[in-house]
Amino acid sequence: MKAKIHVTLKQGILDPQGKAIEHALGSLGFKNAGNVRVGKYMEVEVNETDKAKADAAVKAMCEKLLANTIVEEFTYELQ
Amino acid sequence: MKIGVVVFPGSNCDHDCQHIFKDVLGQSVEMIWHKETSLAGLDAIVLPGGFSYGDYLRTGAIAKFSPVMGLVKEFAKGGGMVLGICNGFQILLEAGMLPGAMLRNKSLHFICKDLSVKVENAATSFTSACQPGQVLKIPIAHADGNYYTDPVTLAAMQANAQIVLRYCTPESKVTPAANPNGSLDNIAGIINAAGNVLGMMPHPERCAETVLGNDDGKLIFLSMLESLKQGKKPLQMASA
Repeated sequence: MKAKIHVTLKQGILDPQGKAIEHALGSLGFKNAGNVRVGKYMEVEVNETDKAKADAAVKAMCEKLLANTIVEEFTYELQ
Repeated sequence: MKIGVVVFPGSNCDHDCQHIFKDVLGQSVEMIWHKETSLAGLDAIVLPGGFSYGDYLRTGAIAKFSPVMGLVKEFAKGGGMVLGICNGFQILLEAGMLPGAMLRNKSLHFICKDLSVKVENAATSFTSACQPGQVLKIPIAHADGNYYTDPVTLAAMQANAQIVLRYCTPESKVTPAANPNGSLDNIAGIINAAGNVLGMMPHPERCAETVLGNDDGKLIFLSMLESLKQGKKPLQMASA
């Protein structure tokens, strides 16, 4: 199965890159753009056919390595 | 004394640390490759600055799983002194040996310059050669030094004098303007509750001999050696 994983800074933690991009969008005239958050997107092939097992494995990967849960949060989908 | 300097792929301040301990301070130094499986005979360990594993994923995120890090954790658990400088500090955070995490500098810039740093706690094994409140001029060189922790942990560290170094003005005022990277509470260096693991973003090894025009950083290393010489256990802090 393939896991598609997003890691972003937690809401409430300043994201300087997001802020810089937000300002750039504003100066380009996109006045409707706000609260830009920059994150990472990762794909992982998980060698499991059982969705529950794959889900547990991906969650553990995120918690142990892919995200630093002190400052980041993660979401993923399995296909 | 025998000092171990850990070398990760991408470490680049390892030889500076070796030079200071060996050539400037006359100690024995062992370079510890990250795949090392024994730390026998070492009195203290330094995790040097650099870009371990290319800073891939996050600074220190992959280095924390290096085989040697299990040994470093054991060494610290037994009361051994561990100093993490810059990337070494980031690795200590990722490994959970110190609380908190590093965020990208608020300005997004890589900042490399001399800064003033105030010794907030001169009673640790890493700062005992400094005067309380002394201002040290030490360079920083990093893009991810914006320290963050949750408010509860911060309050506990403040109450416990674990915030050892803070960015300040040359006149020792800790102000927002003296904060180079957005670091919480102007934090430049913290120590664990047991008092034997210190992480700091400034690079004392880059200013530890007079020929470089500044030897303020030497005080950190002299403090370590003095503590080791006295054979005293790391100063026990009040429990967090």
